[in-house]
Amino acid sequence: MLLALLVVGGLALVFGLLLAYAAHRYKVEGDPLVEQLDQCLPQTQCGQCTFPGCRPYAEAIAKGEADINQCPPGGEDTIEALADLMGVEPKPLNAEHGESEEEALVALIDEQTCIGCTLCIQACPVDAIVGAAKHMHTVIADECTGCKLCLPPCPVDCIAMIPAQRGPVDWQWPYPVYTFNITNTHNTTERAA
Amino acid sequence: MNAPLKLWQNPGGLALPAHKETSTQQASRSLSAHQQAPLRIPLLQHAGLKAEAQVQAGEKVYKGQVLARSQGYTALPIHASTSGVITGIEQHPIPHPSGLTDDCLILEPDGDDDWGTQRLPAWPHYTEQNEESLRARIAEAGIVGLGGAVFPTAIKLNVRPEIPVSHLILNGAECEPYISCDDQLMQERAADIIVGAQIMLHILASHAPPSGQTCLVGIEDNKPAAIQAMQAAVKMSGDTRIQIISLPTRYPNGGERQLIHTLTGREVPSAGRPADIGVICHNVATARAIYRAVVLGEPLIDRYVTVTGPGVRHPQNFSVPFGLPISALIEQAGGYTDVAERLLMGGPMMGITLANANIPVVKATNCILLDRAFPQHTVMPCIRCGQCAQVCPASLLPQQLYWHARARDVEQAEKYHVMDCIECGCCEVVCPSHIPLVDYYRFAKDEIKAQREAQQKAAIARERYEMRQARLERLERERAEKLAKHKQALQDKAANKANTASDQNSDKNSKQDAIQAALERAKAKKAQQAQSKPTSPHKQDAS
Repeated sequence: MLLALLVVGGLALVFGLLLAYAAHRYKVEGDPLVEQLDQCLPQTQCGQCTFPGCRPYAEAIAKGEADINQCPPGGEDTIEALADLMGVEPKPLNAEHGESEEEALVALIDEQTCIGCTLCIQACPVDAIVGAAKHMHTVIADECTGCKLCLPPCPVDCIAMIPAQRGPVDWQWPYPVYTFNITNTHNTTERAA
Repeated sequence: MNAPLKLWQNPGGLALPAHKETSTQQASRSLSAHQQAPLRIPLLQHAGLKAEAQVQAGEKVYKGQVLARSQGYTALPIHASTSGVITGIEQHPIPHPSGLTDDCLILEPDGDDDWGTQRLPAWPHYTEQNEESLRARIAEAGIVGLGGAVFPTAIKLNVRPEIPVSHLILNGAECEPYISCDDQLMQERAADIIVGAQIMLHILASHAPPSGQTCLVGIEDNKPAAIQAMQAAVKMSGDTRIQIISLPTRYPNGGERQLIHTLTGREVPSAGRPADIGVICHNVATARAIYRAVVLGEPLIDRYVTVTGPGVRHPQNFSVPFGLPISALIEQAGGYTDVAERLLMGGPMMGITLANANIPVVKATNCILLDRAFPQHTVMPCIRCGQCAQVCPASLLPQQLYWHARARDVEQAEKYHVMDCIECGCCEVVCPSHIPLVDYYRFAKDEIKAQREAQQKAAIARERYEMRQARLERLERERAEKLAKHKQALQDKAANKANTASDQNSDKNSKQDAIQAALERAKAKKAQQAQSKPTSPHKQDAS
């Protein structure tokens, strides 16, 4: 009886130590879930989710402090990806946080009106505005995430959100539109001739 | 010469009526740039970075002068097709499936066709040049793949250092119906093409495997005149490395991957390049452009264009300077016939529909096809007959791709390798339900590309955000440190003061000493001044 207790107790001790060592040796730095959640988010850093950026929101989701449907720029795809990671059912976007935009926007500073107050530069979460005090500011369109955080601080309302420029290079083939059983003269189907 | 090469059979494909003979009945004609004024030269002409204008409105330019260029790996310059005056830069429709406008330089030709001093130095003895300077010349001449993909040729000539290049393949297959510009080019400029091939072999020579390099020129057997001309040119050159191979005629044997498989039996890996399997493949027209750029010092400013189809009166090939409107070509080919309904750039299978003929000829323009009205097909649901899978030259499952693309499930389409689709259109031709399959694949491919780009952009935004956070934290920390330091300094001062107060008695003596010393110094000075007064009045004045 005693022997059995000792053997089982000893084994438990050995494995316990082994596990303790493994936990120490293979410790994962940081929370991988936060990393994965952050990967799903659109990185606009707009704060519409009420957190000061995408990573804080990811951290809040991981801790269970925030819901998965608070990201308007990400839209449905992001909610689905987040739901997948968290093992919950996807739900519609929470309208309290705003609506997802139809198309990508970028900020444009009207350089005639800009007084060079640097408030927008301080507001930009991705440092996409350049300029200096009492000098004209301008937006680096390629780096702008369209978060609109530069709009409220501007004292002269010289920032406008415009659709991101789309030339032939970033033009996309549209989804084919036709109706079954109706004669089709849509030009994109011509190659079938 | 060498033993006959074993040819490999490609999967899928179709035997299509060629319609090539109508446009090759007469010799090609050179169109001069000043017949139709003005030229519109788009700044976006190749697959890569768009060029930026280097000339001002009102500037006089010479033929071959660089009009636009940009910096970057995939950037290439654009040259003036003829001499003349740049009258401006404007938004004009360019040959693009979107039908969108883009920046075009307007060049008013002066009719002199004057090269001025702008010509690149000619290198008739190109073997004296090293491979890097030859690659640089090919890039500087603005040469792109003239088969239709318009990818920068200098980049395509890059090799992987660890993989020796066993084959240089010249693509003269020209498998798409109606197009005959390469056929005509091979008939008329065979010697140029061979020299171009030799230049490329020279560039690639240092990457040859021990067994040596061969250059295979694949030409479909429905072009006997071109095969003959090319064989004669090879014989003339006496170069035993170059072999002309007659290929069975089957669409799309002229696709790069298909041609490489036919000639070598090797398959280019998915998302890979031919250089990954030791093959470099270029179009015959590109080879001729290389010859002209290196040996003659002429940049790429014109090309052979086929104007053909039932909608044009006298189908034929032209040598066309870039920027000429397509309408000028049609006019030169006798104008429209009554059945002309559709204008395409490229062939009937892969060509893009153009809205009108007031669009300039660009580097990608291999063919102008005027076709009959589109046959009135009724699009029916997919019946899962599987014919599309049988004809797919990339061995994909077009049906599955269609379902996933239709459901906008592009991730799934990607798993079924939609990115390996070459958009040849075979599946669409055989589809009994006349479903516009390629449109679905193009949609899915562009969607996948857009998602990848969005991901890249998000990664950059994340990085910038994190950098900013780090900076803000650092500033905050520095501010706190500074504050702490300041506070410490104040405290120290206060402490010092307290110390001084407590040590006042001991200090008093030293202070009195100092005062005493100062008084003595002043006295001594006064005495000195009194002594020197009569001897140096000027000094006194000065003081």
